[in-house]
Parts: sequence; C-alpha cells; structure tokens
Amino acid sequence: MTPPGAVQFCIRLLRRQLLLAVRRPLEIGNPLLFFAMVVALFPLGLGPTPETLAGFAPGVLWITALLSNLLTSDAVFRSDFEDGSLEQLLLAPQPLFMSVLAYIGAHWLTTGLLLAAVSPVFALMLNLPAQAIVALVASLLIGTALLSLIGGIGAALTVGLKRGGMLISLLILPLYMPVLIFGSAAVQAAVGGFPVGPYLAILGAMLCLAIALAPLAMAAGLRISIDA
Amino acid sequence: MWPIFHKFGSPPWLYAIAGAILRWLLPITLLALVTGMVWGLLFTPSENVQGNSYRIIYIHVPAAVVALAGYYVMALAGAVSLIWRMKMADVAMKAAAPVGAALTFVALFTGAIWGKPTWGTWWVWDARITSMLILLFLYLGVVALYEAFDNKEAAGKACAVLSLVGMVNIPIIYKSVDWWYSLHQGASIKFTGETSIHPSMLYPLLLMIAAFYALFTCALLLNMRAELLQREQRTQWVQKLLSKDVVN
Repeated sequence: MTPPGAVQFCIRLLRRQLLLAVRRPLEIGNPLLFFAMVVALFPLGLGPTPETLAGFAPGVLWITALLSNLLTSDAVFRSDFEDGSLEQLLLAPQPLFMSVLAYIGAHWLTTGLLLAAVSPVFALMLNLPAQAIVALVASLLIGTALLSLIGGIGAALTVGLKRGGMLISLLILPLYMPVLIFGSAAVQAAVGGFPVGPYLAILGAMLCLAIALAPLAMAAGLRISIDA
Repeated sequence: MWPIFHKFGSPPWLYAIAGAILRWLLPITLLALVTGMVWGLLFTPSENVQGNSYRIIYIHVPAAVVALAGYYVMALAGAVSLIWRMKMADVAMKAAAPVGAALTFVALFTGAIWGKPTWGTWWVWDARITSMLILLFLYLGVVALYEAFDNKEAAGKACAVLSLVGMVNIPIIYKSVDWWYSLHQGASIKFTGETSIHPSMLYPLLLMIAAFYALFTCALLLNMRAELLQREQRTQWVQKLLSKDVVN
C-alpha cells in the first residue's frame, strides 16, 4: 500500500479534524458564545447610547473576534499532543508543513468562519451602520484566517507546557496587532464611506505571507515541543 | 574558519574570551558614556524651541536605536543556534533578551519624560512609541517563554523560533502602526541625503549611540558569562574556576 500524497493526506487530516469538531457541537458553540458575551460587556461598560456604540463598534467587534480566536488557539494541537497522535504525525512521511495547514484550516473553519458569519447580528446590536457590514464580514473572513495561523505558532510552541494558556496570549498578542489595525481600519473606512479595498488587499497580502511562513514556524515549534 | 567555529562551541573558551574582551571594553564604554554625557548635557548649544529639555535625546535615541538592533542580535543568534545547533549562540540569545527589554524600557521611559514638556503629555499612541511598546512585549514574550520550559535546551529552541517570527513581524508592525497614526518626528539622521541636525549636537549624539552599542555588548557578555557558569556549574572547569576565586 502506498502512503497518501501530501495534499491527499492534508485533506484527510482536515476531514478528521472537522469530524472531531462536529462530534462535539457544543465546543464549536463556545467561541461564539464568548463572542456574544464579550460584545454584551461593552454597552454595559461604555454606556448604551447608540452614538457611542456606533463609534466603538468596529473596534469592539474586531477585538472581541480576536480574543475568541486567541482563546481557542491554545487547544489546536493540545488533545492530539496529549494522546500521542501528534507524535505519529511528526513521524509520518508527509511534510509537516501541509499537516499543520490542515489543523489551522480546521481551526479557522470552526471559529473564524463562524464568527464572521454571525458578526452581522452583533454589528446590528452595536448599531454599526449598515453600509459597513459587508466590510466587517470580509475583513473578519481574511483576518481570522491570519489570526488562526499566527495563533497556531503560539500553540505549537506552548503545547508541551502545562500552563500554556496565559503564556500563549503573551506570545501572540503582539503579533496580532497589525491584523487588528488593518481589520478595524477596513470597517472604519466603510463607516466613513471610504474605499475598503486597499485594507482588504493588505490583509490578503499578510495572509499570503502567513500561509507561506507560519507553517514553517509551527512545524519547528511542534518538533521542539515533542522533543521536550 | 572551522577551527574558530568549533572554539565558539567551547564554553570555557568563550568564558575566557568574553572576559578578555570585557577587560578593555568596559573601561572604554564607561569613558565613552561619561564623555558623551558631559558633552551632550553641558557643552552643546540649547535648542531654539525646546530649550534644554531636548538634551534627553542623548539617552533616548541611543537607547531606542540599540534596543531595535538588540532584537536583531537576539534573532540572529537564535537562527545560528537553530541552524548549526550552536549552544553558545543559544546562550547569546538568552542573554540578549533582558538587555534588549531593559533598553526598550529606557527608551520608552525617557520618551515619556521628554514628551511631557514638549508635547504636553506623558504618552501618545503614536506609531513609533506604539511599535517600541510592541517591541518590549516581544522581548518580554521571549523571556517568559524561556522561563516556562523546564527543559532549557527546548526553551532555547522555542525562543529562537519565536524571535525569528518576531523578526519577520517587526517591519510589518512598524509599517502598520506608522501608517495607523504618526506624531513622532521623522528620522533626523539619514545615511543618504541631508541630515537635519546641527553638527554640534550630532557628534555627541553619535558618540552616545556608539557608547550604547558598547554598553549593550558589555551587558550581553556579562550576562553570557553568568549564564555559562550557571549552565556548566557541574563541569570541572567551573569548579576549578570557582575554587580558585575562593582561594584568592
């Protein structure tokens, strides 16, 4: 029997990860619930007047999406590290580059994609002007993929540590900042009636760079974590 | 080239050579620092608009320049330790992180002190200031990651990967915050084109920048020597060295 090729292997891994996620639907719901609750905190803290909320809405929605992505990043490799399947993955003949992309793809499909899909509801609750909603969804679609890739680096580096949770935030939050800047700027531009394309293009460019480089760092990080 | 490469892998050799360098570099650094400081603080003309408060430039700018350069030193040392498995590069990387963090903090702190009389505020979310703050976070992240690992060999490798990721990110972070919001003045000293700072103020500044580079090197070497002793504490050469110190 010949082993599957890299792409085929990657697709099978992706299906496995998605299947695992679908078997626990409540866990998929957790980041969305977190998103909803944190969004609800802002009117309580900033005051409920529609004008105030509309002004803060682009930043609030983006920061909240970033935080829910951050909190789920920690778990990307953890269960497979604990039951030893990650070690098998490292021994597999297929390149680790593609395998980690499958993990990140599954992570994005179960968090970022869903966050982007439900974000219009919360945008309306925060009184975000309607013309900005398309920009919000588009920037979240690209931006959360970027966040998942960066978060994966932190997850790979800390997966072997007992107390990774706080540490991973310290490692990757500084790296999240450019994504936040361009993501919320895209939404703000849409609110002001300015073209959104340039911001999305920059986010897309950063995503291309991250797809090419982040898996290398993740693969190196996983090897280090397994060796330790 | 190879013999020297192998020598770098030898802790006692590195310990000795670092000590030999420090013996003459430390006095030179002190001399340069004192000269630059006295020159800058007492003998340069005061500035037209800012009066005497601009003189903090002689600490602020060198600290900021060397803090940034220090990150590249750390990341390159990390790369060397990852690629050639050179333990001593790992020591250098580990030693560079706290020094760089301290310099970044000094740059931010002096910037705040300078900002109060000139801009009327301690802190603004300006591009350069924000990227220096993020640089501080990146340094502290490396320190925190190193401390989190029990296995110090893995800790070194993980930090090397993290600092390389940070190195790719620094230009992106810098450009993104630059584009985001800028209040800080542009660069006055340029390698190409006209330098917009008067020579009487420029020369002490250049001296201070050189002195801070030397200071960074001294701190790095001192830190590396301490780290070497700690890592090699069970080996014969350290035992011998320490017992000799006790006898003397």
